[in-house]
Amino acid sequence: MRYSAFSILLNGLRGNTAWKPAWRAPKPKPHYDVIIVGGGGHGLATAYYLAKEFGIRNVAVLEKAYIGSGNVGRNTTIIRSNYLLPANNPFYELSLKLWEGLEQDLNFNAMISQRGVLNLFHSDAQRDAYMRRGNAMRLHGVDADLLDRTKVRQMLPFLDFENARFPIHGGLIQRRGGTARHDGVAWGYARGADSMGVDIIQECEVTAIRRENGKVTGVETSKGFIGCSKLAVAVAGNSSQVAAMADMRLPIESHVLQAFVSEGLKPFIDCVVTFGAGHFYVSQSDKGGLVFGGDMDGYNSYAQRGNLSTVEHVIEAGKAMIPALSRVRVLRSWGGIVDMSMDGTPIIDRTHIDNLYLNAGWCYGGFKATPGSGFCFAHLIARNEPHAVTREMRLDRFERGYLVDEKGQGAQPNLH
Amino acid sequence: MASLIPCPHCGQRPREEFTVKGAALVRPAADAGRNAWLDYVYLRDNPRGRYDEHWHHTSGCRRWLVVTRDTATHEIEGARDTAARTETVE
Repeated sequence: MRYSAFSILLNGLRGNTAWKPAWRAPKPKPHYDVIIVGGGGHGLATAYYLAKEFGIRNVAVLEKAYIGSGNVGRNTTIIRSNYLLPANNPFYELSLKLWEGLEQDLNFNAMISQRGVLNLFHSDAQRDAYMRRGNAMRLHGVDADLLDRTKVRQMLPFLDFENARFPIHGGLIQRRGGTARHDGVAWGYARGADSMGVDIIQECEVTAIRRENGKVTGVETSKGFIGCSKLAVAVAGNSSQVAAMADMRLPIESHVLQAFVSEGLKPFIDCVVTFGAGHFYVSQSDKGGLVFGGDMDGYNSYAQRGNLSTVEHVIEAGKAMIPALSRVRVLRSWGGIVDMSMDGTPIIDRTHIDNLYLNAGWCYGGFKATPGSGFCFAHLIARNEPHAVTREMRLDRFERGYLVDEKGQGAQPNLH
Repeated sequence: MASLIPCPHCGQRPREEFTVKGAALVRPAADAGRNAWLDYVYLRDNPRGRYDEHWHHTSGCRRWLVVTRDTATHEIEGARDTAARTETVE
């Protein structure tokens, strides 16, 4: 069923009894051309683009829980492409361009809102660094504007411009950045992939990867053995666990990143704004809640919950940036498990096994990358060669010395 | 993450006094070869469960500790001084 204003009206007149589920609940077939492990945003987007762009429709997405239960429903919904390096900027820009056409493409309201992403700076050195970043973005054809203090004050008059330690001197804004409704993205891709014949199999946990003569023949799951010609893994947060089933060790650690939402407030912040002095960022959802977050807790974790000291740290940073936050009550907090790679950049690559493909290491940048990651991973699986914009996101780049280390922090996964 | 870390020198202390560094791995010999160093610098077991990691008691005795912790439950099994570990390895 195509969604439209007319379909809402028509179904309303029928008492809303004729709506169909947005995707089927199929039993697994014995064999698929491609099995994608992980029914998160990236796995579902991969299935969608495999079917739509590359004509591969005999595909299954295996999800251990339910669609949207993992990181795609645990992020802070920001989309942007304000990256510095030639190795990663074109990828994120491809992703942002896909975001821009996503709702029409999927016929699904993902509430994409290009409200702007503003990064504040607090010193001359930081201004120089942001000017460099903005110029690098513009050289890649991406929009970027450097705002002085007056312009930032016009946008966000309630920031603490005169903070004694970290006064706000200005900011770098990407106006095409913004937010999207995260689970709407998962549902839209699931519905789109399903309508082209992809089987989305929920509550189906992969427990082993079966191999014969050095090739993957299928996976053992909680719903029995399922065969495949190609196996694609997109399980960021648990990548090391699944890779271990194929005897691989990855340059990845799993860490917990917390996020928060406040009680609903009247319109207050109309963009995404980040504090350049501490690590804090905030936007306001359409329901009115302030959605915010900060640094990771810093220790390895699979627990999907964090520590109170990090909660305090994030909220202190927030209050330093916006003193008015002191009177806002936090409604909820939660943690997501992120794949922290050793250079802060993701991996979309083939592996030592010919028909096993890996999509991992998204650090905290996974959500904004969802469409681009799906598109490029589908390209890799279908054509067996990387898409041009992911050619440096190789698994063996650490061994070869070609790291994509935007922060320049080296092999310190808890700092990226 | 547990709220308290049992420092072998100071006793049970709040987690806020400590700074985490990362996996407590055994550093290869300087001439150990390319693969051993690649493994040490970049590759991780990243286990779900028991895990040894370095924490610094920054606001306490300022000793480096090896804390054994469960990454799925955040429970801490124990902590020892890093120097003590070197002695047992030798």
